[in-house]
Amino acid sequence: MKFIPALKAIALAGAFSLALGGAASAATLHMHNGGEPGSIDPHKVSGDWENRVVGDYLEGLMTEDENAEAILGQAASYTVSEDGLVYTFKLRDDAVWSDGEPVVAHDFVAAFQRLMDPATAAEYAYLQYPIKNAAAINGGDITDLNELGVKEIDEKTVEITLENPTPFFLQALTHYTAYPIPTHLFDEVGDSWTKMENIVANGPFKLVEWLPGSHLKSVRNETYYDAANVSLDEVYYYIQDDLQAALQRYRSGEFDIMTDFPSDQYGLLESQYPGEARVDPFLGVYYYVMNQDNPKLQDVNVRKALSIAINRKVIGPDILGTGELPAYGWVPPGAANYEGETYNPAWADQDYGERVAEAKALMEAAGYTADTPLTLQLRYNTNDNHQRIAVAVAAMWKEIGVNVELFNSEVAVHYDALRAGDFEIGRAGWLMDYNDPINMLDLLKTGVDNNYGRYSNAEYDALLDQSNATLDLVERAGLMHQAEAIAMDEFGVIPIYYYVAKNVVSPKISGFVDNAADIHRNRWISKSE
Amino acid sequence: MLGYAFRRVLSALPIALIAITIAFFILRLAPGGPFDGERALPPDVLANLRAHYNLDQPIWVQYFIYVKGVLTGDLGPSMVVEDFTVSQLIAIGLPFTLMLGLTAFVSATAIGMLAGVVAAVNQNKWPDYALVLIVMLGVVIPNFLMGGLLQLVFGVYLKWLPAGGWVNGSLPHLVLPVTVLAWPHAARISRLMRGSMIEVLGTNFIRTAKSKGIGERLMLTRHALKPALIPVVSYLGPGLSYLLTGSLVVENIFGLPGIGKYFVTAALNRDYGLVLGTTIFYVALILVLNLLVDLLYAWLDPRVRFR
Repeated sequence: MKFIPALKAIALAGAFSLALGGAASAATLHMHNGGEPGSIDPHKVSGDWENRVVGDYLEGLMTEDENAEAILGQAASYTVSEDGLVYTFKLRDDAVWSDGEPVVAHDFVAAFQRLMDPATAAEYAYLQYPIKNAAAINGGDITDLNELGVKEIDEKTVEITLENPTPFFLQALTHYTAYPIPTHLFDEVGDSWTKMENIVANGPFKLVEWLPGSHLKSVRNETYYDAANVSLDEVYYYIQDDLQAALQRYRSGEFDIMTDFPSDQYGLLESQYPGEARVDPFLGVYYYVMNQDNPKLQDVNVRKALSIAINRKVIGPDILGTGELPAYGWVPPGAANYEGETYNPAWADQDYGERVAEAKALMEAAGYTADTPLTLQLRYNTNDNHQRIAVAVAAMWKEIGVNVELFNSEVAVHYDALRAGDFEIGRAGWLMDYNDPINMLDLLKTGVDNNYGRYSNAEYDALLDQSNATLDLVERAGLMHQAEAIAMDEFGVIPIYYYVAKNVVSPKISGFVDNAADIHRNRWISKSE
Repeated sequence: MLGYAFRRVLSALPIALIAITIAFFILRLAPGGPFDGERALPPDVLANLRAHYNLDQPIWVQYFIYVKGVLTGDLGPSMVVEDFTVSQLIAIGLPFTLMLGLTAFVSATAIGMLAGVVAAVNQNKWPDYALVLIVMLGVVIPNFLMGGLLQLVFGVYLKWLPAGGWVNGSLPHLVLPVTVLAWPHAARISRLMRGSMIEVLGTNFIRTAKSKGIGERLMLTRHALKPALIPVVSYLGPGLSYLLTGSLVVENIFGLPGIGKYFVTAALNRDYGLVLGTTIFYVALILVLNLLVDLLYAWLDPRVRFR
């Protein structure tokens, strides 16, 4: 007899929850956001899933429009000195924190000083190293934080001095490492300022809830200067690592936006939810790095043979199934400040059969045949897609007299090995931190930590140094194109495909504009019934 | 009985310390570290981070800092979920993991025992075969597949239940995860119960009871059930610890805020603090559950108390 009341209670609870969900859904965005954020403190975050949350509640001097282009944020205007070194920003009069306190220049000065303070241990501090003395302070060579090139001229004026002219600096200011901190609160509670009971916002939304393992929640910030044009009332950012399960939740109507989806489900999405899966070029390269300290890989012709024998055209459409673009150059198409032709070697347009024949001849000239093959170990971190590509590439290389031993390991072990130089060929990828080609090209500079293969060319390094000192954007782009051509002609690395952004967007959502940075601030998003 | 329980608790402390020590050194010896990600950090930044977490200290200094923290109730920081300490993460996730695990445990135990008795009483008849089939499904279908299937059927197509999440925290959100978690457990209990009950029903004292003309229901509940429960009870402790520690997949699939997922994801991320914190938690949980089972076992079988 007690079973019936229990059933009734369950049914009532369900109905109540459905009613609540229905009532709140009008202007509530339910967004699948991937993994657990490590933090919501802008000086402690490092991932795009954290950026989506932090970029909704905080705003820098500059911010992003629908296309992820830099536009004025908390700054009302700015000027740049003739030598390109000094930027002066005037803050908006109506820039205020959600507790009503004005956003002041000191909030930015204190934030940049905190970012560079070694005690903060900010993982991404280096993104603002273009600022004068930033690297020296972060590295402990200068201990006086006031030596940093960020000054408060008056309560509403910030002056930033750079080490060198940096054409992408305004774009870099949209990054979360350039967000202000509410000093009036920070001085009182210190690092606890991002606890839910303390937190204040100067962006379009204000964070109100974080249940680890489940979700975060923001509500519209009514003190935001552009609040009248913010359509959403609430945003839920769901934590869900399992993409297959996340897709089921999208299909059941629980999510309005997915920020990634399993590649092998693209066909299903295309057939059952036409137009909802968005696959667009993204600023990043998937590549194989060759250890140039390894004698087997020091012969440029061997590196060339390995590169040209990879049929990149089948990888995106057939192996991954989501149509990633084949990569022959190092800088992804769509990169800003890169006037000129995309690098495209002659062999890229050759018939694949001819390329294999040429690769085979190059290998034979180097002494490797089917009877005396070159044996290489190919390392990748554990992931179905990495494995599929590795198996396919191994099969392609088999044709030119290369025996491949596949070796997979978890991500921490994999990158530990790459950094230690303990590999022959290794899988890697790079997503650009800001939209400027130097972010890619720096990876192949001599001595750079992320240059896992230890590629080194003095002319390449000199061209990049020259480009850093050049104010003219077209001239700068020319120097960088020359550098890119050198590294690619020497096969310093094997680019395989340019990444794509993979989102799934419900037809109820508008204002979601595909862009190469894959940044979609919820300020621009609206939702219909 | 109290003295026995007290001695068991005391003897658990060195076991916990040994587990922490082994976990601490194995983690530190494993290749890769908490800051080995897709991109190398500049040396200065890496040095700042290592200093922040005392990773620049000799390993034995790190060990003593950690043990000292544990003894004062501080499980240290998480290196990946930086905004929470390990203690906070466990405190937030524990109630949910307990609720999920205990709900699955109670429902699986009740259903498993009932199914086992029904199957035993109807040995080699259709209810027995039907139950064996259902039990087999629970055992052979892995929980990630079961979770996906249930989401697809009840969440996507029928739309009867939420496919995941815990925002409103209503009962319907628990139905699918509890089913996935409980099914294999219920299956194992029903098999144990069936076998044990068949054995008990064949014993002399039951035959004697039958010959006295006692009714079947009374015979089952008063005479057969208690001795038949002994192997089931032996399984309940490990079963409950399995449910409480094995909710990783279920929490991940359904996007639930428990602590199950932290153990594996923290290990993969080399989040030393969180791995050690969850290890301590699980060691304590297993020790407590084993103790409870021993006490329950002693209550059910008087012979145990005098051993």
